[in-house]
Amino acid sequence: MQKRKISKTQINAAIRYVILIIVGFILIYPLLWMIGSSFKHNIDIFGNLNILPPAGRWTFEHFPNAWQLTSRNTMVFYYMNTLRFLIPQVVGQVISCTLAAYAIGRFEFPGKKIIFTIVMVTLLMPELAFRIPIFMLYRDLGLLDTFASLYIQNFFAVNSFFVFMIIQFMRTIPRELDEAAEIDGCGPLKTLIYILVPVLRPIIITVGLLTFMWGMNDFQGPLIFLRSPDNRVLSLALRMILQDYEVTHFGQMFAAAFMALIPTLAIFFACSRYFVEGVTQSGGKE
Amino acid sequence: MVKTAKVKGKKRIKLAPYMLLIPWFIGMALFRVYPIIASFINSLYQFQPIRGTREFIGFDNYTRILFDFPHFWDSVRATLTYVLLGTPLVLIMAFFVAFILNFKLKGVNLFRTAYYIPSILGGNVAVAIVWSQVFGGNGPVNAVLSIFGVDPISWIQDEFFAPFTLIFLSAWQFGSVMLIFLAALQNVSPTLYEAASIDGAKKTRQLFSITLPLVTPVLLFNTVNVLLRHFQEFNSAYLITMRGPNRATDFLVILIYEYAFRRMQFGFALAMSMMLLLIIGILTLIVFITSKYWVHYSD
Repeated sequence: MQKRKISKTQINAAIRYVILIIVGFILIYPLLWMIGSSFKHNIDIFGNLNILPPAGRWTFEHFPNAWQLTSRNTMVFYYMNTLRFLIPQVVGQVISCTLAAYAIGRFEFPGKKIIFTIVMVTLLMPELAFRIPIFMLYRDLGLLDTFASLYIQNFFAVNSFFVFMIIQFMRTIPRELDEAAEIDGCGPLKTLIYILVPVLRPIIITVGLLTFMWGMNDFQGPLIFLRSPDNRVLSLALRMILQDYEVTHFGQMFAAAFMALIPTLAIFFACSRYFVEGVTQSGGKE
Repeated sequence: MVKTAKVKGKKRIKLAPYMLLIPWFIGMALFRVYPIIASFINSLYQFQPIRGTREFIGFDNYTRILFDFPHFWDSVRATLTYVLLGTPLVLIMAFFVAFILNFKLKGVNLFRTAYYIPSILGGNVAVAIVWSQVFGGNGPVNAVLSIFGVDPISWIQDEFFAPFTLIFLSAWQFGSVMLIFLAALQNVSPTLYEAASIDGAKKTRQLFSITLPLVTPVLLFNTVNVLLRHFQEFNSAYLITMRGPNRATDFLVILIYEYAFRRMQFGFALAMSMMLLLIIGILTLIVFITSKYWVHYSD
């Protein structure tokens, strides 16, 4: 009786592992196939499921070609352009969202309920609904085709998702901490910078990382706001090769896609803890 | 000395939250409230892209969309197909995997991280490139099907299958939704299960009577989030299926993009954008109203 019971739980555990491994493999397969295919000759890529190139048929020729992403510029140029709007986006987002979350999460003041409601309602509104009027506004201000058009917003805490995320995290920090600082004579800003920010560090890092990743993936924004070839960012350049290479240069296309994802993947693996915890936080306990 | 400092401090603190919220106030006014008002006003105009002028036409843009512009309805159908098939698929997959991960298995962290990778790469153009080849004529998906004797499917060019190619890409990114479910499942107190097993409740019974009701608040959060994400999907349809075939993946956001930024017919595009907001509003409202009947609040 005892024996049978143990084997039953073991079978259940085994079934769970099999399911998890199969699901995991299916999820990761497209990425492995992409990486493998960037080392294959074009004729070896399609019509089979192999991840690795056939023995003795590895090739490294696609990488130098893909590095010269377009006839005008190398990958470095597009990476640098991407960073030119990404870094301000991250800095602005982190500062402005922390300030707003601190005010809403830590103070009692008239109008607080309304403000919190507005944060929650804007959480439900699609970004595109705002993009057309903002485009018209930027056009009148002469901001089109500048990197500023992609990051100005981030300095004004408009992304309610992140404000909400920091508020949720702040709830877990005992209020005695800032009250003690207040008694010691710290003003609100000092309390925030010296007392709360060190404790908020993990969620602030999460906000910065997610902003970075979203900016890295953003294609619609650059497509709308940037025009000139000099301002072309990585996502726009990749889109061009999707149109241009498709005819024959498959290996090169995979190599370019692979190289474009390397920084994202590297940052993810280095900081996966912050991502996982941050997303878990955003679900909220209520 | 001490007294004045205290009074001073108190006064500062009263003003402090408003001072801290100054960027937020400006941001809301400029990037949220103004755009909504400007959207509505401009949707009542017809724009002349070449001359750069506009002309007031009342609600003509709206009547044209409703009665004289079949492309709009094609896009509504494409969008709703994607939203209504994609949302449940993502939610079911995410819950299923979270449910399995919630058993105390070794290596949960590793799986959790691996499943989250697609969510992070998400809408990257590089992912669109890979996806269009994975589902291409001779790609791995058809190679798997051929093992089972199924003829190759033209996933991207076929009117019926093209939406599914994009739905699968969305389902591939179920990781972040799954993590939120998993956190909720881990919050369910084990004593509830112990009490249930003492009462003789079977595992499946426990799932439907304890686990599911307790995660319904998070299910509501995830449903609204996933729904909105699907309504806003742009990259995959624009890059992989290129709005086709036969408009089967010509989502509303792309149609709006075309009229606003390619044709510079801002008024018409904004009228469509208001209609999209209305559709999203109605669907989220339905979710919230019905949630009274299916969301279980424990306290």
